[in-house]
Amino acid sequence: MAQSAPAAARSSQPFRLSEGGRIDRSRSLTFRFDDRELTGHPGDTLASALLANGVHLVGRSFKYHRPRGIVTAGAEEPNALVQVGRDPRTEPNVRATQLELFDGLGVSSQNRWPSLEFDVGGVNNLLSRFLPAGFYYKTFMWPAAAWETYEKAIRQAAGLGLAPSKPDPDHYDKTFAHCDLLVVGAGPAGLSAALTAARAGARVVVAEQDFLLGGDLLSDRTAKIDGRPALEWVAEAEAELRASDRVRILTRTICFAAYDHNFFALHERVTDHLAPADRPEGLPRHRLWKLRTKQAIFATGAIERPLVFRDNDRPGILLASAARSYLNRWGVRAGSEAVVFTGNDSGYATALDLKAVGVRVNAVVDLRAAAEGPLSEAAKAAGLRILAGHAVTGTEGDKRIARLRAAPLDADGKGVRGSGQEIACDLLVSSAGWSPTVHLHCQAKGSLAWDEAHACYLPDRSMQKGQAVIGSAAGAFGLASCLAGGEAAGREAAGALGLEAKASRKKTQAEDRDFLPMRQLYCVPSDKPLGQGGKHFVDQQNDVTAADLLLALREGYRSIEHVKRYTTTGMGTDQGKLGNLNAIGIVAERLGLPLPEVGVTTYRAPYTPVSFGAFAGRDVDALLDPVRTTPIHSWHERNGALFEDVGQWRRAWYYPKAGEDLHRAVAREVAATRETVGIMDATTLGKIEIVGPDAAELLNRVYTNAWSKLEVGRCRYGLMLKEDGMVMDDGVTSRLAEDRFLMTTTTGNAAPVLAHLEEWLQTEWPDLEVFLTSVTEQFATMTLSGPNARKLLAELCDLDLSTEAFPHMSWQEGSVAGVPARIFRISFTGELSYEINVPAGHGLSVWQALYRHGEKYGITPYGTEAMHVLRAEKGFIIVGQETDGSVTPLDLGMDWIVSKKKDFIGRRSLSRSDMADSGRKQLVGLLTQDPKVVLPEGGALVEAMRDATPVPMIGHVTSSYWSPNCERSIALALVKGGRARLGKTVLCPLEGGKTVPCTVVEPLFFDKEGDRLRA
Amino acid sequence: MQARYSFFSLARNALGYHENWPEAWRSPEPKASYDVVVVGGGGHGLATAYYLAKEHGITNVAVIERGWLGGGNTGRNTTIVRSNYLWDESAALYEHALKLWEGLSQDLNYNVMFSQRGVMNLAHNQHDLRELQRRIHSNRLNGVDSEFLDARGVKEFCPIIDLRQGGRYPVLGASLQRRGGTARHDAVAWGYARGADARGVDIIQNCPVTGFRISNGRIQGVETGRGYIEAKKVAVVTAGHSSVMAGLAGFRLPVHSLPLQALVSEPVKPVIDCVVMSNAVHAYVSQSDKGELVIGAGVDKYVGYGQRGSLPVTEETLAAICELFPIFRRMRMLRQWGGIVDTCPDASPIISKTPVQGLYFNCGWGTGGFKATPGSGWVFAHTVANDNPHPLAAPFALDRFTSGYLIDEHGAAAVAH
Repeated sequence: MAQSAPAAARSSQPFRLSEGGRIDRSRSLTFRFDDRELTGHPGDTLASALLANGVHLVGRSFKYHRPRGIVTAGAEEPNALVQVGRDPRTEPNVRATQLELFDGLGVSSQNRWPSLEFDVGGVNNLLSRFLPAGFYYKTFMWPAAAWETYEKAIRQAAGLGLAPSKPDPDHYDKTFAHCDLLVVGAGPAGLSAALTAARAGARVVVAEQDFLLGGDLLSDRTAKIDGRPALEWVAEAEAELRASDRVRILTRTICFAAYDHNFFALHERVTDHLAPADRPEGLPRHRLWKLRTKQAIFATGAIERPLVFRDNDRPGILLASAARSYLNRWGVRAGSEAVVFTGNDSGYATALDLKAVGVRVNAVVDLRAAAEGPLSEAAKAAGLRILAGHAVTGTEGDKRIARLRAAPLDADGKGVRGSGQEIACDLLVSSAGWSPTVHLHCQAKGSLAWDEAHACYLPDRSMQKGQAVIGSAAGAFGLASCLAGGEAAGREAAGALGLEAKASRKKTQAEDRDFLPMRQLYCVPSDKPLGQGGKHFVDQQNDVTAADLLLALREGYRSIEHVKRYTTTGMGTDQGKLGNLNAIGIVAERLGLPLPEVGVTTYRAPYTPVSFGAFAGRDVDALLDPVRTTPIHSWHERNGALFEDVGQWRRAWYYPKAGEDLHRAVAREVAATRETVGIMDATTLGKIEIVGPDAAELLNRVYTNAWSKLEVGRCRYGLMLKEDGMVMDDGVTSRLAEDRFLMTTTTGNAAPVLAHLEEWLQTEWPDLEVFLTSVTEQFATMTLSGPNARKLLAELCDLDLSTEAFPHMSWQEGSVAGVPARIFRISFTGELSYEINVPAGHGLSVWQALYRHGEKYGITPYGTEAMHVLRAEKGFIIVGQETDGSVTPLDLGMDWIVSKKKDFIGRRSLSRSDMADSGRKQLVGLLTQDPKVVLPEGGALVEAMRDATPVPMIGHVTSSYWSPNCERSIALALVKGGRARLGKTVLCPLEGGKTVPCTVVEPLFFDKEGDRLRA
Repeated sequence: MQARYSFFSLARNALGYHENWPEAWRSPEPKASYDVVVVGGGGHGLATAYYLAKEHGITNVAVIERGWLGGGNTGRNTTIVRSNYLWDESAALYEHALKLWEGLSQDLNYNVMFSQRGVMNLAHNQHDLRELQRRIHSNRLNGVDSEFLDARGVKEFCPIIDLRQGGRYPVLGASLQRRGGTARHDAVAWGYARGADARGVDIIQNCPVTGFRISNGRIQGVETGRGYIEAKKVAVVTAGHSSVMAGLAGFRLPVHSLPLQALVSEPVKPVIDCVVMSNAVHAYVSQSDKGELVIGAGVDKYVGYGQRGSLPVTEETLAAICELFPIFRRMRMLRQWGGIVDTCPDASPIISKTPVQGLYFNCGWGTGGFKATPGSGWVFAHTVANDNPHPLAAPFALDRFTSGYLIDEHGAAAVAH
């Protein structure tokens, strides 16, 4: 976009001062707000640029859709929330006060229709009398069915900005960091602490939410350090810190959460401040820092509180400190005719600064009967008109304040005398005092102490070692105290780190300027009773008024948490940074309690909102969870396999040939395996190597059967239970050597089983000398299964494969296709089977060799679906399918595997009374009476169907397939008292009312004698 | 006397600047003695008191709350209501609760904003699909509405969901309970409190129970921060601290207490109009009437009483949400918090008599207690009033851990193969 000449830019920014501030007037930036094209300068925020252009109306409030303007100059902004950018890079609810201006920035106002100037939702404001806090709890109940219709309208009116509608094209990142000292906040206190600790040799991270260092000094035109402008000191401090290789300065970074043991989460906005074209490729949009530090210093400053007075929400009503920031940091007058409303001395700083640049200050309305601080004295000397002991009792103005009334205040602050005088103004700034930013201290469970003189909570005891709060966050509101406190804290942190902080060459010189004495009024009275004419807003974003708070109390919602939840005060995107203390004060006054007895609502993370993307970082799309594939995966892909996800693994599901659907493909794969030879990739089965003198003992304790006598070279099936006696996992374990076993687990349970074993070893049986190693990925496993398996393997293997030399349930080491291999003669299909384990890197070549040699036999690769059918024909269970955490070995008819002689995990639970109940669900087979009908898996089973629910169920179908070898459908099921029902009929009701009659049979459908297995 | 809430009473009170609304509930001093003391002023405890008064005519009741009403898990959950549980015993209990939800605003004359916007449970793989089908079949026969949506149906019901088949967790289908939805959690506590108070129940806040007085195996009363209170029966409903309370009464409970966390985004205009849950990635999301995305996460990996939840769980949850809804990556987390869930080994609650006569416990709801609130209160009130379990509560007695008659709702989450 073309840059306009500075002169033109100035004329288009009528409220920009000709000099001063931290902006670059030599360059102009063009931006768009709704349909207006405006200009600002580098260094501007959207808020400062809007104000420079005289734009105050920037948004509509949440509930009443009242016109709202910029109130603050920072993270606490409740009103000036805008929608930034366009889909898919749009972002709702961005605080204009923190949004850095760049050329071409486009933003729109929110929560208004059809336009910001004319908003139909403004009708809510006219109806506001009928919409007090919690009105929705009292109505919309009739007729009952209509609630969801009412709700639709409520939902449309609520919300603020718009979520993006397209996937976010940007990426995010996360990083870990460790340091000696984390300093949060780079104002005078934080910088001073960082300098001191860094000079002592500490590794320091400084996190600053702003894009400039200096904190409040950026907004101060008079502050001096060592006799020079304070910002010169800031610049030198920054230069020194940046020059140190032990210091990392993170700007645009908010430390938003404090966890235990000095673990912090920080959110860095990396590229948001750049024009899209200038955002470097490869840099993330945001970065989440997970930082562990030895010491932490919170120099997080303080937030000014607004006064709560009648109609205090019009555009043009700002915090005194904000008006001062706009003036001094950005060279912007927030108005031409100002009134300052204050209960303390800090409002006078703004009054003096405004006057100094030629803004007409029509009055300073001071709650105090006599203004008597150092700044008020200066104001008097400067000839400002001071209305001491007065209150602003109301404001007027449509979309911008135009005038106000000020009246004398009663001594007790409960009322005003007379209707007062009218004062014209287009800018009203207010100051009730300052609230230290104690959020991180409180998140870390530190306690608070009430400071009556300053009317604020100060950090008290810290609950975590090595944490300190300094500067105005700790109630040190003067510059000299900030600098001294920072230095002391830096030295103390260095000392705790075992470093020696040298005494500084000379003490940094500055002046303390407190804002005491103050008069605190949480709610400023007007000439009308509260709630009867005009509104005293406590939470501007959520449109919560003082009258709402009193209503909540009146109705019995007295806990501050109830008041908050009933009125929604403090629940907006600013989380009560501006309003909470005023709300607590109003509640305390009404309840007649000292303020500390009311308590505070919990300080929760995040301090300011953090993008979801930052939490996800790179863990999105394929990286959310690793996709694990086997060394043979590429072969499956080339051969047309379809895949299914099993845990993290992607397994070949079936291999359809042209024109085949799942059922046809599976029928072919199953038939080939029974008739000749099938090959399957079983790499994903979990493999755990168990080594040590107590390896067999461990197996004895975790499996239901006995393991001590298993000979080297032999394999055994094992069943593992949880403590509650329910089946957890199963698999074949082989003895590799006297002190060495290879356990296999189901695919999905590999990690849980390893964790389970480790937990028992580490917490219950530390005396056992045994070590576990996951070797799942070290081996590729392929299963040859079928009558021709032996013949095929013999062609490539150097072992004698005869049953005599190599019987069922044994293993041997040999070579396959020239690769060293462990060959296990075990079977999950009921056919003669060999599971061949080779080093993973050789998996593909061995597979290909087997396949090449197998082609003459019609070797057929089969996937998980065919495997399921094959094993179901044999009645072999799948953990997680025939079991669901409620099934014992006895329920499965596997009493034979449960030792009566030894203890094992789950044994005692098996002796509970219900375990022997004959009515428990037991594993059975089901044959549909029409052999062509395949039952739905998961289908429920009943004895008799009826219309009225609930229909008593006796079980469910766990597995169900068309069995090509049985030439009919088969199913496995868990049925109450199933074994006593053999030969009886049960019904499986389908959706739509039909039922399928089935006969209960033994869960074994094929080769009942097991001849094929042992062939 | 309580005012009836309606549009007309709202309008009438508006004329009086809302100065004349009565208290929703009183804040009385505790009496020396009650027929029933309910320990715990959360949703379940208040519902228990309400139904004791309304259904059983027992009105000499106090609800004693350590802090503020609804300040425990009632005020910390993600407000989801559904009844599509797998096992018959659970389905019956939660379905009973759902039926009560359906008329609750009218019954309480307090709008709890129960919205039957539909709850969708996603399936991401073949195993999920199988489990989903089993659940749907079982739900249907148990009289719980439940239907299967294929991927296209999912997209139609929730258009912003991402179905990319290449994604790490492709959506293959879902079960949908249209009668499920959300409710305004605080309002549930307040509505029950107001209803119970109107029937004479004393609600006593800021009053910790510090001990039980027991003699001859029978409860006599409770020691509290405001003195001893005699009680014929004591009903304990203190989620998050159940095992602590049982310890005070001299017995142990088979519960683990774990931090469970949730979070909300900043408010935006309506973007998702149903509840979406995914067990596989352990995340669920809905949008509140205020416009915030309400997101539930998993439990921490270790036991604890810190009502906060750890950062890795937040990260995992939001990564899952970003995967299911890539349009949400630019949304921002506004607030994150935690609650303590008492979980039983079988992930089902305990609604039971105890070894102490006249002392009853209702606990162990794990991560899913909110949805049960009305049903839980209903069956517990019956159990307390009759000193005999309500038929729907009977399977959830403590003795199931000795008999082995477990109701294992973990089952459906088991992994496959």
